Amino acid sequence: MTETHIDREALSVLREVMEEGYPELLDTFLADSESRLGELQKTSDAKVLSAVAHSFKGSASNMGAVRLAALCQELESEAKDKSPSEIARLVADITGEFADVRPVYEDERQHALTH
Amino acid sequence: MQAQEPLTVLIAEDSAADRLLLSTIVRRQGHQVLTAANGAEAVETFKEQHPDLVLMDALMPVMDGFEAARQIKVLAGEALVPIIFLTSLTESEALARCLEAGGDDFLAKPYNQVILAAKIKAMDRLRRLQATVLQQRDLIARHHDYLLNEQRVAKAVFDKVAHSGCLSAPNIRYLQSPYALFNGDLLLAAYTPAGDMHVMLGDFTGHGLPAAVGAMPLAEVFYGMTAKGYGLAETLREMNAKLKRILPVDMFCCATLLSLSFQSRSVEVWNGGMPDGYLHRMASGERVPLPARHLPLGILSAQAFDDRTDVYPMAVDDRVFLLSDGVIDTCDANDQLFGVERLQQVFAANREPDRLFEDIEQALRDFRGQARDDVSMVEVSLLESAQTHGAAPVYSDSGQSCPLNWSASFEFRGATLRRFNPLPFLLQLLLEVHGLRAQSGALYSVLAELYSNGLEHGVLGLDSSLKRDAAGFARYYEMRAARLEALQDGFVRVHLQVQPQGEGGRLVIRVEDSGKGFDVARVMERPVDNVRLSGRGIGLVRQLGRNASWSDQGRSASVEFFWEIEA
Repeated sequence: MTETHIDREALSVLREVMEEGYPELLDTFLADSESRLGELQKTSDAKVLSAVAHSFKGSASNMGAVRLAALCQELESEAKDKSPSEIARLVADITGEFADVRPVYEDERQHALTH
Repeated sequence: MQAQEPLTVLIAEDSAADRLLLSTIVRRQGHQVLTAANGAEAVETFKEQHPDLVLMDALMPVMDGFEAARQIKVLAGEALVPIIFLTSLTESEALARCLEAGGDDFLAKPYNQVILAAKIKAMDRLRRLQATVLQQRDLIARHHDYLLNEQRVAKAVFDKVAHSGCLSAPNIRYLQSPYALFNGDLLLAAYTPAGDMHVMLGDFTGHGLPAAVGAMPLAEVFYGMTAKGYGLAETLREMNAKLKRILPVDMFCCATLLSLSFQSRSVEVWNGGMPDGYLHRMASGERVPLPARHLPLGILSAQAFDDRTDVYPMAVDDRVFLLSDGVIDTCDANDQLFGVERLQQVFAANREPDRLFEDIEQALRDFRGQARDDVSMVEVSLLESAQTHGAAPVYSDSGQSCPLNWSASFEFRGATLRRFNPLPFLLQLLLEVHGLRAQSGALYSVLAELYSNGLEHGVLGLDSSLKRDAAGFARYYEMRAARLEALQDGFVRVHLQVQPQGEGGRLVIRVEDSGKGFDVARVMERPVDNVRLSGRGIGLVRQLGRNASWSDQGRSASVEFFWEIEA
């Protein structure tokens, strides 16, 4: 059950690349993710679900949230085949996963500000 | 790694975090960054800012990456603006769409900055390559235009220098491309003062201006000397010396020269490196080949140059046919040459002599599948003298100080007779007398006839009755060459006397030789025979001049010319 949620290696590369821009990046990601989650939760259109999931997958992978990215991939490819209840479950998983990794990013933000 | 030149990079990505990340990565690599959040913004930004390279997200709202890429490629025109698609699309179908839309490469998410840097570098190399190609293409196009213009100018100058001489004479038929000059092909024809015709078909090595530039000095020599009455041998020596002097070592001019004499019904031929010419005898249908016996012009030094010509008798309507190597060298699709055998077949099959050119062109078309435009052909026929005419030369001085009362004597001895032709000089001297200019053709013909009789029959002792048939003709000229080569003693004297008479004047020409003489009375008794190839000279002198007489047992000939001043 020790599935990796966050690729720490990726985070340190991001930190190194962004330098002073790191906090802004984290903020942007968290804000984007919130709004995407909102879209996922309120739509039932398979095409929209797929598109949003695709987009979410992209930034999640850039930010090292590997499990989040994998879940979004699943939603993206199966949105048109799954039943509403199955979709609802996937969206809930995604919401949950984001909630789990969110503290890590907030932590990173704190850390960056004080150094 | 070599430092990458900074570029302006447009990043089109709808996800704000990804856009921020990518901008930072690209900026850190030294580039200037423009951003767009959707396809439409990307196209607008491209129009305004003209970035060097585009990083394009595939799926975006408003206008997706595919459409934006298509539009940007159209806007870029000939220049290469590399588009790298940013995608986490994995299916190959989706990736194929990127390429179809004009994408040049992909970058997968998560972004790897090392890979990104490598791709940017590679794409930029391509972009610069394309720019270089376009630059070179434009440069080449400009140079090509310069070259064409230079050729136009060169051709205009050449046409003034060379003009067409007497190529429009009724006995000449020819075929030549308008750009023959730049293939090195040269066709010249001019009348001599005696009414004979010199024709030259030449082929310079090379193409373009280098081939054309040698043609001008050559044409000047040809026309200048022919107009003054120089023979083929002297003209050839001068042309060879000139080309040897002015052309680079590896350039030369193949040429066939003809001197057609309507009076003596013969053709003198010199062929240096050209394909065989053909003398077509109408009576027998025979085509006598005129092969190259000499090296082309411009190769040998003056001492080594061989100016010996071959002389053949011609009947009225006989033709000499010359062609450039463009005919023989025509290739078909399998690189087979048309060759001499096929040409012979065309000759054999030809029923109407006047259609020879058409038959040959048709045979070439059939062989090659298409027409050629760099073939030169010329056909010169022997017409009755009455049908030919030369243009009168134009003089520019006023005649106030022309010599009207003078005499001059010349004696040409021994070895001088071998090489020196005094006729052009003597004619020029006589033409100082304006009243004689209208008769320059007759003067030259008579002088030439008396001089050559004095030299050949007198000093060299040749019997002109040898020239009764083709074989005898060849023998005669062989003997002439041999005896001339061996000549040590002997002379030909020319006396000129000009005196005023009434409103005009009188010229007396006397020519003496050191030979054995001949039975004047017997020759005078013979009827003038237009068919026989010899003995027509005396008749000519009596016809063109006045009071022709022979003395000293035929060793001395005298003839007079008169003129009146026009009122």
